[in-house]
Amino acid sequence: MAEPLIRTVSFVKEYVMGSNVVAALRGVSLSIAAGEFVAVMGPSGSGKSTFMNLLGCLDRPTSGEYWLGGEEVAHLSGDELALVRNRKIGFVFQHFNLLPRTSALDNVALPLLYSGVPAHERHALAEKRLAQVGLAERMDHQPSQLSGGQQQRVAIARALVNNPMLVLADEPTGALDSRTSVEIMALLQELNRSGLTVVLVTHERDIAEFAGRIVSFRDGHVIEDHVIEPHDAAAVLAKMAPVT
Amino acid sequence: MNFLATLRVALNALRVNKLRSALTMLGIIIGVAAVIVMIAVGSGAQAKVEDQIRSLGSNLIIVFSASATFTGARGGAGTLQTISEDDAYAIARELPDEIQAAAPGLRGTGQVVAGNANWSTVFYGVTPEYFEAREWAIAEGRAIEQAEVTSAAKVAVIGQTVAKSLFGDASPIDQVIRIRKVPLTVVGVLDRKGQNMSGQDQDDIILLPISTARKRVLGATALAKSRSVGSISVKVRQGADMKEAETKMRELLRQRHRLQPGQDDDFNVRNLSEILQTQEESSRVLAMLLAAVASVSLLVGGIGIMNIMLVSVTERTREIGLRMAVGARAKDILTQFLVEAVTLSLIGGVIGILLGVGGAYLVGELAGWRTQLSSASIVLAVGFAACVGVFFGFYPAKKASRLLPIEALRYE
Repeated sequence: MAEPLIRTVSFVKEYVMGSNVVAALRGVSLSIAAGEFVAVMGPSGSGKSTFMNLLGCLDRPTSGEYWLGGEEVAHLSGDELALVRNRKIGFVFQHFNLLPRTSALDNVALPLLYSGVPAHERHALAEKRLAQVGLAERMDHQPSQLSGGQQQRVAIARALVNNPMLVLADEPTGALDSRTSVEIMALLQELNRSGLTVVLVTHERDIAEFAGRIVSFRDGHVIEDHVIEPHDAAAVLAKMAPVT
Repeated sequence: MNFLATLRVALNALRVNKLRSALTMLGIIIGVAAVIVMIAVGSGAQAKVEDQIRSLGSNLIIVFSASATFTGARGGAGTLQTISEDDAYAIARELPDEIQAAAPGLRGTGQVVAGNANWSTVFYGVTPEYFEAREWAIAEGRAIEQAEVTSAAKVAVIGQTVAKSLFGDASPIDQVIRIRKVPLTVVGVLDRKGQNMSGQDQDDIILLPISTARKRVLGATALAKSRSVGSISVKVRQGADMKEAETKMRELLRQRHRLQPGQDDDFNVRNLSEILQTQEESSRVLAMLLAAVASVSLLVGGIGIMNIMLVSVTERTREIGLRMAVGARAKDILTQFLVEAVTLSLIGGVIGILLGVGGAYLVGELAGWRTQLSSASIVLAVGFAACVGVFFGFYPAKKASRLLPIEALRYE
């Protein structure tokens, strides 16, 4: 079997709170193959978000190995991790995390700034990604002039702009209404079908069911991990009441 | 990420946060402008006093004849003619180490006439040393020469006010003026000195050879018959001790006047420089006081800069987290915030300088105070403000850049 895109070996993450040591992850070993769409579920405090942050190299595990695209990244330096995040990973956050008073185009181009892409190429690439998420008409809009769904699309375009091998979405629908949520899931499904690996954190089962594999966490362990037949978001959307 | 890109990121960040940028700059602007204006006012006051000293002649001691006592009522200084021209020459001759010049002055007043213009003024019979002792510069023509003193030549050097009153804008050189009917040829015009401390116009003056004044102009009076003079202007050498020079001079004069020990001096010695130096001292204290107030405002401005910088960087911790999440290295974050801080400090500093210079000019114009800009104060003010701005912009950013991205992203 080919080396999976993501392989974690006995991930342990402990937080020191005063004199107590709180374990958020108690030994998680998980593999995700390239091209999978995985939903990570679990109640709050289950360790799913901690796991996501470790996958995104935003945080370091207390112990364990993390192989990303065949490279052990758990023990890289801060600057090396920055490079990994820049080149290999795209992030979508619950609250979008766009720069205020900055155009959609510049927001999307932000990761390119840190990978040293020249200015004119930055704009071309960012325009392409914005068109891909259906916002070709709103490139000059600032976040405050966009709806929640549109802001999340800008964030997805930003996650894609550097051609990452992995997109991590932390509750991407958490701040959106149900119709917009399904729209975003349809977009993520479409990206996944074109070959992108997507890992999604959610606590809503109907959102998780748009993914092809559901991994459930509880108390820092994986308690369930099964492949399912995903719901088709585009079809669900078609059945929903049209926007009035 | 190259520097140009960082610069653009930083400038963009300043542009999208106009209010915050403006508030930060305000602290710098006020601090810098306040320091510049206050120091300009302080050093202006000091320079004014220094100018007065210079116009009087530095290291100047004036010896007057003592006042006469008529049945218990004492007259003013110089009512008794006890000092003579020869005293002046003796001082210069006997105390060469301490005294640079000793110039006798014979004062008179009178109406001066030139053509159909006339003017009432003061005239002094002097020797060439007088110009040196009182630091009179010549604006036009020349000073009085020793040969003219010897021959009692009918020449005069006139002050600016006299020249203006008698000749208007025309050149007075080689014109003839008449004092008490004695015709004198104008050979020189004195440079402007302005008012002295008590508000007297120092340029309202005529200088002529002492012999001419004695023999020809004051001829009819008793004064002409002796060698006595009203005052001797003594310039002490640079570096010599004023007090010591004064003491030696006093001893010399007592000896010459054959005064017994215990007997009062028959002359008065006035050290004018000393009086002015006291004034200078107080104006220096004023300047220091203003500088102290200015440094307080600079400090307050610095605290303002510090607060805004601390708050703004702290509230942008999430932005820092996001930038790190999409690939910014610690160095990129630091450079961005450093460039932001430096840019704010520079722009604020330049506006502060402009406001300060403009303010100093306005104070000078509206209040009529003399102000004097000092480059040291500008450098100091801008340097301090910039250091505070850069440090407090940099330090929290440094702290934030050391966080793990997730800690910065989650920062509340």
